[in-house]
Amino acid sequence: MSVFDGKKIIIIGDRDGIPGPAIEECLKSTDAEVVYSSTECFV
Amino acid sequence: MNYSVLKGAGYILVHTPDMIIHNGTTQTGERRANPESEYLKKLPEHLRSFEEVVSYPPNQTYIGTLKPEDLNDFEMPWYDKQVEGADRFGKFGEIMPQDEFIGLIKINDVFDLVMLESNFSKEVKKKLEDHPLVKDELVAKLKDGEDISDIQKAINNFAAEAIYHNDKVVGCVKRAHETDPNLNAHVMFENLAVKASGVLAAENLIAKNDINVEDIDYVIECSEEACGDINQRGGGNFAKAIAEMIGAVNATGSDLRAFCAAPTHALIEAAALVQAGVYENVLVAAGGAVAKLGMNGKDHVKKDMPIIEDVLGGFAVLVTKNDGMHPVIRTDLVGRHTVGTGSSPQAVITALITAPLDKGGLKITDVDKYSVEMQNPDITKPAGAGDVPASNYKMIAALGVKRKEMERKDVATFGSKHGMPGWAPTQGHIPSGVPYIGPALEAFKNGEINRAMIVGKGSLFLARMTNQFDGVSVILEKNTGKIETSGSGVSEQEIRTMIAETMKDFAKNLMGE
Repeated sequence: MSVFDGKKIIIIGDRDGIPGPAIEECLKSTDAEVVYSSTECFV
Repeated sequence: MNYSVLKGAGYILVHTPDMIIHNGTTQTGERRANPESEYLKKLPEHLRSFEEVVSYPPNQTYIGTLKPEDLNDFEMPWYDKQVEGADRFGKFGEIMPQDEFIGLIKINDVFDLVMLESNFSKEVKKKLEDHPLVKDELVAKLKDGEDISDIQKAINNFAAEAIYHNDKVVGCVKRAHETDPNLNAHVMFENLAVKASGVLAAENLIAKNDINVEDIDYVIECSEEACGDINQRGGGNFAKAIAEMIGAVNATGSDLRAFCAAPTHALIEAAALVQAGVYENVLVAAGGAVAKLGMNGKDHVKKDMPIIEDVLGGFAVLVTKNDGMHPVIRTDLVGRHTVGTGSSPQAVITALITAPLDKGGLKITDVDKYSVEMQNPDITKPAGAGDVPASNYKMIAALGVKRKEMERKDVATFGSKHGMPGWAPTQGHIPSGVPYIGPALEAFKNGEINRAMIVGKGSLFLARMTNQFDGVSVILEKNTGKIETSGSGVSEQEIRTMIAETMKDFAKNLMGE
């Protein structure tokens, strides 16, 4: 059971930090639904 | 292996306060969405003077008057600090004021698209006559100028883009086609700014490194804009346009695009072309991005800071065949973020940093200086993007600890030992690894370093073609002074491999018997 189970998730990743696909990968072991995932460049 | 070498570097900045207001996309977007916004009203009070821009410590670092490490002597924030006696001309290049640059845009306009008001044109002509690097035949391209009423007519009736100086219209860029969106006035303005700033960077490189411009065989341009027409968006090419302007009559060239990673890609490709003997002298150059002026301006104004994204950046480096003196580009020690690398920080740092080190049998601490994304933290920290070089150094050091090449206690000091504080303006491609080439050339010459790594990263996902981002890296190394003569046929490495294989066969035969 995870705090993300049953939740809809919006991911905004950072290219020089943790990018979106890496966060998505971490959520695969939960029952969360990723409804939006993007990586932004802040520089 | 006869590696190619880095012979010289040129760096320029252009102070463009009016272009922040009228051409930077943060501001033009805000004007469209919210023309009465508080930000737009307050913005002019936050612009810096040319003198303030020249004496700003990170800018003096970019043109080579300060060493990157000297920035540690200035307490942050840096925007209220000054370099005493700062000059617009530095060891690597210069900082050009806006009016001279507008004149330079006109000089670079070969299709008569730029109109300058007659008094402004005369004043700028006088100023550029005194510029040490703008040749007389180029200054002569500044004619008498136009009547302001004709310029206003072009702006109001024919979709020309206004050119402002000191908050006044002093000229315009006309559209290059009536209906082609890739040749409209806005695009032409941005592209002419890229060309003019790229030319200025190349002229500084040539003048300050005693280069014969006619020896240049090829130019790779690696900035962030795209020139082309409706049938070929980004068809090119800035490279040959720059080559023409600087008098590189024996050169052709092409544009290379990879968002901010493009300069490092260009450096590796230039090195490979020279090492393979295709060309002897390859110029890698880039102009600046007008669109990114004032990109984080809203945060800077909110924090009552000056707008410090007020400069265009340009750079140029020359890659030549091995002269036994300048640092070599180790094309056998290249890092790549590949499609299959993945996006976790550990995977990225492994692909870009430790994979090339492993190829060379090197440890993380064997590289004296890592030049990562050298964005100026004075710009990024108040905007919430953190200190980008510092966080890159932390990730490299963490991997060093994991690989048991470093002690955990050394993570905190890794950045100051093997890195530098960031100093480059957030012009995308400009901070990406390459700002250190100039300081590295000096450090190699003075025996301060033996090895450096240039790392470039690019946000490919912004083009909405892939979710991938990108990165490449390459190691620079002190020249051993040994040059292999051409025609020797077999390299030292190849001989070693041949002997090893013969010994292996011999041993196999003995065991077989």
